[in-house]
Amino acid sequence: MYLDPGDRPSLTPQLAVRVAILGGIALLAFALVFFRLWYLQVLSGDSYRAEANDNRIREIKVQAPRGEIVDRDGRVLVENRVALSVKASPKLLPEGEAERRAVYRRLADVLDMRPRVIAKRVNDQLTVLPYANATIKQDVGQDTVAYLLEHRSEFPGVEPERVFVREYPQGQTGAHLFGYAREINEDQLDGGEFPEAELGDIVGQDGIERQYDRFLRGRNGATRVEVDALGQVRGQRPRPRLPEQGRQLRLALDLDVQEAGQAALAGRAGGFVAMEVDSGEVVALGSSPSFDPNFFSKPFTTAQYQALFAEENGSPMVNRAVAGAYPAGSTFKLVTAVAGLEGGLITPADVIYDPGFVQIGDVKFINAGEQFNGPVNLRSALSVSSDVYFYLLGRDADSTGDGLLIQRWAKRLGIGRESGIDLPGEEVGRVPTPAWRNEWFRKGWTKERWTVGHNVNFSIGQGDLLTNPLQMAIAYAAVANGGKVVKPHLGLRIEDSSGRPLQELETPPARRVKIADEHREAILDGLYSAANEPGGTSTPVFENFPLDIAGKTGTAETPKGDQSWYVALAPYPNPRYVVAATIEQGGFGAETAAPAALQILSALFDVENGGEIVAGTALD
Amino acid sequence: MTGTSLGASVREFRDRPGAGLLRIDPLLLVAVLALTACSLYAIAAATRDDVAGSPHHFLYRQGAFVAVGLILMFALSRLDYTRLREWRFQLYAILLGGVAVGFLLGTASRGAIALPFFELQFSELGKVLLIVVLAAVLVERVRDIGSRQTTARAMLLALIPALAVIAQDLGSGLVYVSIALVILFVAGTPWTHFAALGALAATALAIVLVAAPAAGVEVLQPYQKDRLTAFLSPEDKRGEEAYQQVQSQVAIGAGGKTGRGEDATQTQLNFLPEHHTDFIFAVVGEEFGFMGAALVLSLFALLIWRTLRILTIAKDLFGTLIAAGVLAMLMHQIFVNVGMAIGIMPITGITLPLLSYGGSSVLATFIALGLLQSVHAQARDTAFAKGRELTI
Repeated sequence: MYLDPGDRPSLTPQLAVRVAILGGIALLAFALVFFRLWYLQVLSGDSYRAEANDNRIREIKVQAPRGEIVDRDGRVLVENRVALSVKASPKLLPEGEAERRAVYRRLADVLDMRPRVIAKRVNDQLTVLPYANATIKQDVGQDTVAYLLEHRSEFPGVEPERVFVREYPQGQTGAHLFGYAREINEDQLDGGEFPEAELGDIVGQDGIERQYDRFLRGRNGATRVEVDALGQVRGQRPRPRLPEQGRQLRLALDLDVQEAGQAALAGRAGGFVAMEVDSGEVVALGSSPSFDPNFFSKPFTTAQYQALFAEENGSPMVNRAVAGAYPAGSTFKLVTAVAGLEGGLITPADVIYDPGFVQIGDVKFINAGEQFNGPVNLRSALSVSSDVYFYLLGRDADSTGDGLLIQRWAKRLGIGRESGIDLPGEEVGRVPTPAWRNEWFRKGWTKERWTVGHNVNFSIGQGDLLTNPLQMAIAYAAVANGGKVVKPHLGLRIEDSSGRPLQELETPPARRVKIADEHREAILDGLYSAANEPGGTSTPVFENFPLDIAGKTGTAETPKGDQSWYVALAPYPNPRYVVAATIEQGGFGAETAAPAALQILSALFDVENGGEIVAGTALD
Repeated sequence: MTGTSLGASVREFRDRPGAGLLRIDPLLLVAVLALTACSLYAIAAATRDDVAGSPHHFLYRQGAFVAVGLILMFALSRLDYTRLREWRFQLYAILLGGVAVGFLLGTASRGAIALPFFELQFSELGKVLLIVVLAAVLVERVRDIGSRQTTARAMLLALIPALAVIAQDLGSGLVYVSIALVILFVAGTPWTHFAALGALAATALAIVLVAAPAAGVEVLQPYQKDRLTAFLSPEDKRGEEAYQQVQSQVAIGAGGKTGRGEDATQTQLNFLPEHHTDFIFAVVGEEFGFMGAALVLSLFALLIWRTLRILTIAKDLFGTLIAAGVLAMLMHQIFVNVGMAIGIMPITGITLPLLSYGGSSVLATFIALGLLQSVHAQARDTAFAKGRELTI
């Protein structure tokens, strides 16, 4: 059996062919594999190596501190504070779910938080950024950190870290201007407002922080780590990119004036603006009630956040200086006067007789308190705030041409339109027209169609007009500066962190209007008289003020009660600043708004009022 | 003149002092030893960080398997393989029994049977058994090789275990089919039979892939289907079925001309899955580059060449057919495994002979090589007895 010659095959021709075929197949297959290897390794080796590196290198962002914001004299308005925060490091946290929970439980006692909240916070953040440390609690005390460090073994993966927290050393002063900065949200990521921002970046959410975010944000740095297929960090890579702090922003704001304005409002609901009439530089702009923007630098609850918007708390988040919508009362008479003069309805010398009331149609329009003024011209009408004088202008304007003379001038001077100030959240307000009112009537939102009476009310800033202190300041500035409708702005220039200027923020005026010089002077003269001469509505308030000013009181009737207004131009006769202030439910203009304006002017010119600040008693 | 005298001279030659080693094919041995060395080196590099605390875990285990395998190979090379012809029924029974146990008791991973020291994958050993059984059966029916019955019987013998294996491990099952086809091919089965088999296979495939799913019967598991089709468009399915294939190509490509050595991050950071078993070739490609991969392929080419040569010099048809079966097994596994690592073959889960980590695979391969050496040894003996010296 061992050797069976019968089975001995000779290499038959058939077998030879078949073996050759098998060998050929093997040869072909080897050739194919060799060519493929050549292609992969020799021809495409570099791109595959890059792909392999992409696989393993992860960048961990290092947040850049935001730039500081300073006032025009370099005083710090917004800065960064180094705070201690407790973070969870994904590579050091225990792997097991149960062990993690145990760490969270121990940590919860130390941080005074609920374990579930900690777990959720960490998981949420690690889902989005799997390699970066997740913040558990920001801004913890030194003693808490010391405890955690001493008991390190009980808290694997928990690490204290130094972070930059936005700080607003001025507290409530200027809160509405700076806005706040917080982590970018999903909508903002999708939108185009922050093109270079990434998830987890801190961006300006409101106010100046938002408007000048691209300068303030800075450039994030990065450290690079090597990870394996499961995303576990295996080691640090060299060449980290250092973060670059954002630019410093210098504002036109004068902190002293801002503080004075905030103090003048004394917590009453209202707003104020102080602005250079020529350049539109905003020296102070504030709203009351205010809030502390430091609130936004820490985690907060929804309830706390909503309280900031609550009407019963006075809606502290609303910036009444630019987003308020109020009738302007007699301060609006400046606009009516410009319209009357430029429209040829009156001259400065025209005299009318003011018996305290006037009958227009079947309605009797009366002066405030039905005050008898006798014969008045433009100057004295502004001085004593004769309503009848302007009622008649309103009546005549309504029947002249298309009846929109005052409306047109209001718009030209910046009432009822966006000012273009470098703050988000402006409210446009409203300049009432027949078309608008009749539209509302048609829709059933109001009971009355437009009548001449509406124009009469409008002529003294009552009724349907809605505006805000900033718009009034722009209109007054335009009359004072010769017709330049300025574009108000807070930003002055961008600087490096040592204050060296890098870029001036230039803001040309929005447009110019033509007002005859004699008309301007007549109006300013009337406003001067109103603040300085016997019988002037605000003379008692400014009697002891060392500078001459021109100013107009206003008392707007609102459903909530009389709203006090005052707009001042100073110094007279060549005004450099305009100050506008309004106080909701503040009574007559001379009562609260005029003294507030006085306080702002004192700070603006750094002068003391020669005596106690008194409230005026004029009925307008 | 008679068989006895020839047999006596053969025995005399075989039993002369120090003759044992010379009778085996030295080039085949060189290829095997070199590939084994490459395997141990690559496994050591690939699995350094796989088992915490024992960086040489897989190296030592593979070393032990190789040691056992080498002993088996040398023992078998001295064995008279022709005896196996008589045991074909017993061997087939073992094959069916083992495959059935794997099918019924096997764990999720390729029908492996848990033993005290390692998980026995019977399907690996089954390949060798099938080679011997089919060779023996066809030798018996060599005069009827042209009949349809012979072909059908051989295919049936192969397909019964093949289907049981395919149920859990598609890759290994297809090796069974390759073995059967190549043995029939070398035995001289007419071309027409292969054409008929091809038509049958096409019909069966159509039923499995199109008709059966349409009738609501899923023959292949969804993941098996995905794996089979993933290689056609790996970039489309990144992160899913094609993840392994893409990562393997990235690893090989990143190796470049000379390899990344210590920087072989695809392997060492685990981006390349199964790196010590099915994707060991990608490890070689990444760590040693084109030079390393080409060396390994050259060694495989040497292996194939020697197998083909043994096929032609075997002293009898049984030896030829055994060599044909081993050739089929090696070629199939080499080209499918390397092909899937470089992205020109679907992922079917198959080991690379002599390179992949795994006891069953190592033992089965060395047993097959032992048979091959036995065929060579006896071919040499016979040639010597006939007064011809076989050249290398």
